[in-house]
Amino acid sequence: MKIVVCVKQVPDTAEVRINPETNTLIRDGVESIINPYDMHAIEAGLQIREKTAGKVTVLTMGPPQAENALREAISMGVDDAVLLTDRSFAGSDTWATAYALSKAIEHLGADVILCGKQAIDGDTAQVGPEIAEFLDIPHIAYVRKIDDVKEDSIVVQRLMDEGYDLMESSLPVLLTVVRELNVPRMPSLKGKMAAKKAGIKKLTAADIGAEESKLGLKGSPTQVRNIFAPEAKRDRKMINGTNEEIIDALVKELTGLKCL
Amino acid sequence: MFIRVNKDKCTGCETCLSSCPYDAIIVKDGKADITELCQLCRSCLSVCPEGAIFEVEEEADKKEKAQGSGVWVFAEQRDGELAGVSFELLGAGRRLAEKLGGEVSAVLFGGSAAGAEELIRWGADKVYHCDDGIFRAFNDEPYAGLLAELITQYRPEIVLAGATPIGRSFFPRVAARLKTGLTADCTSLDIDGETKNLLQVRPAFGGNIMATILCPHTRPQMATVRPRVMKRGEYDGSRKGEVVKVRADNVKSRTKVIETIREVSEVSVNLQEANIIVSGGRGMGGEKGFQLLFDLAEALGGCVGASRAAVDEGWIPYRHQVGQTGKTVGPKLYIACGISGAVQHLVGMQSSDIIVAINKNPDAPIFSVATYGIVGDLFEILPLLTKRIKEVKGA
Repeated sequence: MKIVVCVKQVPDTAEVRINPETNTLIRDGVESIINPYDMHAIEAGLQIREKTAGKVTVLTMGPPQAENALREAISMGVDDAVLLTDRSFAGSDTWATAYALSKAIEHLGADVILCGKQAIDGDTAQVGPEIAEFLDIPHIAYVRKIDDVKEDSIVVQRLMDEGYDLMESSLPVLLTVVRELNVPRMPSLKGKMAAKKAGIKKLTAADIGAEESKLGLKGSPTQVRNIFAPEAKRDRKMINGTNEEIIDALVKELTGLKCL
Repeated sequence: MFIRVNKDKCTGCETCLSSCPYDAIIVKDGKADITELCQLCRSCLSVCPEGAIFEVEEEADKKEKAQGSGVWVFAEQRDGELAGVSFELLGAGRRLAEKLGGEVSAVLFGGSAAGAEELIRWGADKVYHCDDGIFRAFNDEPYAGLLAELITQYRPEIVLAGATPIGRSFFPRVAARLKTGLTADCTSLDIDGETKNLLQVRPAFGGNIMATILCPHTRPQMATVRPRVMKRGEYDGSRKGEVVKVRADNVKSRTKVIETIREVSEVSVNLQEANIIVSGGRGMGGEKGFQLLFDLAEALGGCVGASRAAVDEGWIPYRHQVGQTGKTVGPKLYIACGISGAVQHLVGMQSSDIIVAINKNPDAPIFSVATYGIVGDLFEILPLLTKRIKEVKGA
């Protein structure tokens, strides 16, 4: 079984802020990490490998320094790491990103493709399903449990608003996964050693046979027009006094607003 | 479109460097230059004291786009029941259509004839309805297949869906197939007065940043819209419209829903539909603390929510979580107890009508979005408040 896990190197977004004066990102000292949801996808890939035998390849598209994310994945135990990198990818939106990744996956071959449900920088959750469409294979999003993997089919649980769906799909399939799926393993000492030495395979736009017009800024239907800081509004009213007085005042206000 | 620097005007003053969120501007030989990292965000255009930075329109930008007309909203149903977000989308769709001219249509897969009529009363001029059995449960491929087919046939200008597990799963397939842009999880939509393009505002970087996204050259412009953010349309019981029956002859599905399992707990956790939410964070100290919230919620007839911190501690299940990685809610009343107010939590609840924040730390960021702030001890205040509410309600 060939398993490909797509990962993204992201800034630790809890730390990213915007300067409200200049509307620019403050990125000083913000660390790059593997997108947390993708860690669960890597773990899922390793668990499928343990059950079915096979090979786990981790794939990322990004600038040369995204190699660090791949080495971290190798330290967790994946077999192969591929960096899809080319200047022509710069400025890709989800459509162009998914197109390039789908061409790379075609090139690598895969029975099961795993992605985190979304990346914590863009939060779009679109690249996974778009890859599946480009590859003309089914996908299941928000997978919280993988019940069974057979040679030509898979049974999983899909998280929904009011519970979950038990789903079956033919292979090849693409799954996007949520945190509840598993607990990602820590890198082993052996893994860390392997990560240092491992060769990272590099692919360019030409290697995967991608059409130039569908890449990067040129291939992206959407554009970022501007960015700005979220506004915190509201005329706050502090309610002070003894606990009794506070509750009197609060209940009075809420009753006045017909909240009760 | 490109951004360029007029080298004759540029003085190399470097004012523009910090305006670029993407580090795309460099100064080489005393002149600014825009590199390929440029994302066309236009942040730099207004900052140059010499007016040396300008936009270049490409010929391709001016070519006539396959415009299409009308706003479509995808009306989601679960077990035949229309989801609340469908009515919010109709409200948003109507406001956009007023600025553009043209009709608002709803698309309903599965669901009933009565459901289709209901969508008309909530503001749809037309409803494309397919009641084929294949749509009874949600599978991505048939949903994406038929919607893409209908869009190709009728060519709407804008297509919206709820940013729910369903909308966010199958809309990307439709956009990929139609070679058009899709903007995820929008919290505000408007029409650019000049270009008539859809302005799509959405949070990114975990809610720390807002971005306005355009889809200038391809149609339709597609977006998923965060539930409980847009106002519903006006309900008019006498409104008339047209229902267009649609057949699903060409759709396939390689996935199958074997079973749908509903998980319901004692207190309703349907947070997104709740009018009152009592929510707790790390300050609740543990499961015992949360019991105080359940008591208050019961007295108020509301639901219990939680911050990610409380969920991560294991004090309450994930399905109660409010925030960027949980549910987005917009109740009439949101009572935040012992929640410090990380921005990831705030983006999930700040559209609530009234927010009451109770916290022992007067500097907690939650107070910045609160309508009423109370600095005090939750373990004293909550039982008293519950008692008082019961008295008021009993009276």
